[in-house]
Amino acid sequence: MAAPDIVMYEEEFNQIKQIISKLRVDANGKVVFLVDKNGQQIAAHGDIENLDTTSLASLTAGNVAATDGLARLIGEKEFSILFHEGEKDNIHISIVAQRVILVVIFDERSSLGLVRLRVKKASAELNEVFARIMSKVEKEKAAAGAAFESPFAEITDEDIDSLFSE
Amino acid sequence: MTFINYASREINCKIVYYGPGLCGKTTNLQHIYDKTNPNAKGKLISLATETDRTLFFDFLPLELGTVRGFKTRFHLYTVPGQVFYDASRKLILKGVDGVIFVADSQEERMDANAESVDNLQLNLKTQGYDLMTLPYVLQLNKRDLPNVVPVDEMVRTLKKKEEPVFEAVASKGMGVFETLKGVAKLVLSELTKTA
Repeated sequence: MAAPDIVMYEEEFNQIKQIISKLRVDANGKVVFLVDKNGQQIAAHGDIENLDTTSLASLTAGNVAATDGLARLIGEKEFSILFHEGEKDNIHISIVAQRVILVVIFDERSSLGLVRLRVKKASAELNEVFARIMSKVEKEKAAAGAAFESPFAEITDEDIDSLFSE
Repeated sequence: MTFINYASREINCKIVYYGPGLCGKTTNLQHIYDKTNPNAKGKLISLATETDRTLFFDFLPLELGTVRGFKTRFHLYTVPGQVFYDASRKLILKGVDGVIFVADSQEERMDANAESVDNLQLNLKTQGYDLMTLPYVLQLNKRDLPNVVPVDEMVRTLKKKEEPVFEAVASKGMGVFETLKGVAKLVLSELTKTA
């Protein structure tokens, strides 16, 4: 059960970064980022220096989770797109590959229509990448059997204690 | 559902504080926030009502340093304790790696504790987890109050398995880090087993 659900490898990580940076340019957005449904940030691109992306990730996931709950209450499977409109900035949130959340922040230099269009294209590409990641994880697990190679296999009590030493 | 990023060499774990209303879950988080090095923590986010009752969740990202070359991050969440926020509680348990149950030691809250532990077990099950196999610790909070139930009696009623038990006074910071460390240890050693 403790097997990690998402494992990110260098190759796919770079592909993801490419896709979202292209999306940011194509959609004329300020920030594009990718979060998993549990609130862990996967990748971000754009003007993120003054942005608390960790909080953004967890609140986005909370937002999506709450909206999912709402959807089920009225008999929908999910609301696959959420849109928050602000005075200057807007947030467009969509679900990719059933498990990842794609967020685009944009202002008046872009428009909802453009963002939706570009997100659709990028989503298809991201879907493929995540499908590859999942099959890679499965394959590695199957290849190694119970002894799936973990960097933490030899973690010791001292390692853990040292985390709390300050 | 630990998230391991080989590309940026990071590992992220999600810890949830669970327990009945007003047992001190947010107080635990607040203390951790106050006492950690500013470089190691993010913002403490509290989605609370005007009277400071947790409405959806509190969230605190914590960076603990590196293990085996991997940056280790813990995302701490609390759930709203009040009974009628059950739908929100379920959502927050999604993707959890470890749970801290914060029990209120006051005699009159024992029923609420028991009900909340049962609720935890049930909600975990609906998310596909089993309390019996999940990293889990029990914190007996508010040990400084006059009307507390003796530790062995609380353990008898609330203990679900061989989980570590910690006594705490979260408002004064006693036992807070010990509890977090206890669960962190379990979560990380879980990785050594099956990851």
